[in-house]
Amino acid sequence: MIPAPSTRPVLAEPPAAAEELACTHCGLPVPVAAREVAAPHFCCSACELAYGIIHGAGLGAYYERRDRIGVASSATRATGKSYAEYDDAAFLSRYVTESGADRRLELFLEGIHCTACVWLVERLPRLLPGVRSASLELGRSALEVVFDEARVAPSAIARALDTLGYAPHPSAATQRAGERRAERALWVRLGVAGALAGNVMLMALALYSGAAEDAPYAALFRWGSLLLTLPSVFFCGSVFLRGGWAALRTRVPHMDLPISIGILAGFAQSAYNTLFGRGEVYFDSLAVLIFLLLVGRWLQQRHRQRAQGALDLIAALSPVTARLVDGEAVRDVPASAVREGDLVEVPFDERLPVDGIVVAGRSSIDAAWLTGESLPEDVKPGDRVYAGTLNREKTLVVRVESPASGTRLARLLESVEKAQTRRAPIVRLADRVAGVFVLVVLALAAVTFGVWSFIDGARALDHAVALLVVTCPCALGMATPLAVSAALKRAARTGIFFKGGEFLEALARPGTIAFDKTGTLTEGRLALASYEGDSSVKPLVSAAESRSGHPVGRALVAAFGASQSLSVESVAEEPGLGLAARVDGHEVRIGTSEHVGGKEASSSFPWREALARAAELGRPAVAIAVDGEVRAVAAFSDPLREDTRASLDALRRAGYSVAVLSGDQPRVVATIAERLGPVLEARGGMLPEQKQAWIEQARERGPVVMVGDGVNDAAALAAADVAIAVHGGAEASLGASDVFTTAPGVGKVLEAVLGARRTLAVIRRGIAFSLAYNVAGVVLCMGGWISPLVAALLMPLSSLTVVTQALRARTFDAPRRTA
Amino acid sequence: MTVLFVVLPLAVLLSLLSALAFVWATRRGQFDDLDTPAVRLLCDDLGERPRSPSQNPSRSPP
Repeated sequence: MIPAPSTRPVLAEPPAAAEELACTHCGLPVPVAAREVAAPHFCCSACELAYGIIHGAGLGAYYERRDRIGVASSATRATGKSYAEYDDAAFLSRYVTESGADRRLELFLEGIHCTACVWLVERLPRLLPGVRSASLELGRSALEVVFDEARVAPSAIARALDTLGYAPHPSAATQRAGERRAERALWVRLGVAGALAGNVMLMALALYSGAAEDAPYAALFRWGSLLLTLPSVFFCGSVFLRGGWAALRTRVPHMDLPISIGILAGFAQSAYNTLFGRGEVYFDSLAVLIFLLLVGRWLQQRHRQRAQGALDLIAALSPVTARLVDGEAVRDVPASAVREGDLVEVPFDERLPVDGIVVAGRSSIDAAWLTGESLPEDVKPGDRVYAGTLNREKTLVVRVESPASGTRLARLLESVEKAQTRRAPIVRLADRVAGVFVLVVLALAAVTFGVWSFIDGARALDHAVALLVVTCPCALGMATPLAVSAALKRAARTGIFFKGGEFLEALARPGTIAFDKTGTLTEGRLALASYEGDSSVKPLVSAAESRSGHPVGRALVAAFGASQSLSVESVAEEPGLGLAARVDGHEVRIGTSEHVGGKEASSSFPWREALARAAELGRPAVAIAVDGEVRAVAAFSDPLREDTRASLDALRRAGYSVAVLSGDQPRVVATIAERLGPVLEARGGMLPEQKQAWIEQARERGPVVMVGDGVNDAAALAAADVAIAVHGGAEASLGASDVFTTAPGVGKVLEAVLGARRTLAVIRRGIAFSLAYNVAGVVLCMGGWISPLVAALLMPLSSLTVVTQALRARTFDAPRRTA
Repeated sequence: MTVLFVVLPLAVLLSLLSALAFVWATRRGQFDDLDTPAVRLLCDDLGERPRSPSQNPSRSPP
């Protein structure tokens, strides 16, 4: 049962300094300074905490399960948020429902990816007393928690999940209830339609075989079929009848229209013939048709991901409570109660509830959602800060400029919602075909009726109706859902998730593809770009920075390698300025020019010029001083991903023009753009609103695909024809995007585009097949050679062809599993 | 052959019952999630082992 220790040899040996070491909990590389001699190793204290909790509850088998499944890196890392808003009254009323004496809460979890996750998360009642049950739905990454309100608070549940590395996001209870009702209704229809179709077929078999040649038996079987087909058409098939009526009323072509015409015409004719004991009946074909079409409809719904409203995004991104400074005291108030001019305290590691001006404290702010700038921004009194951004280092006091309802975040999300409602629905290929199809079929039926009125008046109507039944686009109706369903499944296996099949079709049309630079084209982290000055201080620098979590520190350690021989006596970091340390008896200061001594700093090396050069290139840079003398300048940049250029070239070959819309400094964007090959446009310094405007303008020329990795792109994403979120957090992926990928980089975008194209080819092929069968059917009807038996044979035959070719097509190639 | 007049309604009645059973199961949420139960089954075979000293999570100070 327990895997032998030899299955994880890396963890059993003392690590060599240069070797990559994976965190026992999350699988991410362990920083050199945090390495231990023996397993377990942790990349951060949060992972160590999670490991401790999991083992403490006797759930250590989680790691064995995970390793056995062969998940290389789970990359689940705690965010460390407090989730205080989960206890707010407004939150409770929106997301928590009653379940008997207990409360029920549904949460979307980030980072759920395997069996071991299911196992661990569902053991939540053992970790947290008061939680009655936790059940995870893998397909939606949704966890239903039932808990005792008196014993455990929702925020504690959220914190526990977060500690384990599954950052939770609330799911609106009412919305889910509606979805579930619709899903179950479709299931019931599908099951009932199947049962009815089976029985009607049995009776039809008796009719076809001639076993019921005697009049009373034939009548029995016909009446039986009629009785069973009645609910099939008007209960199970009402989905299509309603859709057909809506298509007629709104004059939007839809597959449901020809389906409804065929079903109703066939049923009316067959019922009439049964009543008066004459002619042919098509009940079996109709019942099977409805069943097969419902299967298609069900496949279509199955892979649909829920879309989250802007309201939920606000809840996820900004705290609902604020810490109001009232004279000496600080008290928690709802964020909506804060007025302009109030003072609000923001503890470190919490998101700002309001827009305002810093009046006390120095810290750094992570404003990635707003500016797209991946690096934290240093703030001091007098600086403007925005709601939804994360305070990274020290407590700040902020004077409120605009209350919760008028923040930049709220306005941004409002524009997201507006852009989403303005968006025209994608007309699917099959529906466009259906529009023409209806007219052609009706014309052909009229011609058949007309011609046969001269030949044999009594049979004219029979033949015309037979034509409507035979051409009822069963295969046509299944071609798209099947191909899409198979493709979505394959795509999900490769880590690409589509919110609906229509986006597959939309993505296949070439047009403009706009990228957000940060994190999509680049690595989204700092790396040493240039180093000027004395190389002999490098070991001192890496020793001083070895325990720093700051991006600059990490980049320096990564570039110079860890030096373990030097002893670090003391380290002090000053937010916004830099770091001061005593290493081996030397005083090392790394940071801004002010930090290393300002104008008075002595140096034999033109370090100010070096800093200025770096600033010109838009690169953050630090000066390095040892014992009061500036010895070197290091400049940093966010490097381009390895696969970026090749993937962009492939996209261009596929007919897309590439644009870069970034919130970063224009100089940085220009430097990057030089290495991307021909681009339509590369602009930096763009605000979310400007990105949205650009997209809307570009849409006048053709379809636009927007690729982004965060909420800062949400407005632009919502405005685009297809929005792809690349490896974003759940906020971005659940919010404005139509497609999201679990791996960063352009490579996945390319895969999505190529896969979408292959899928569209499959859909086209399916439609062509079904039309070919229909042509054969029409010829038979117009010649008067049709009979219910031929119709009953023709339909499944055509469906079978379409099904086989849709399921066998290799649209998205799944990577081979190594287990 | 007249037996058909009895057997056919009986057959229809039987299928009606199974259809009702299906509706009942659907309303009870049996078909809400088709993926996780299969995976959950794989989890249970390991059982849950009690805490043992060899799995002590605390780390010795460096």
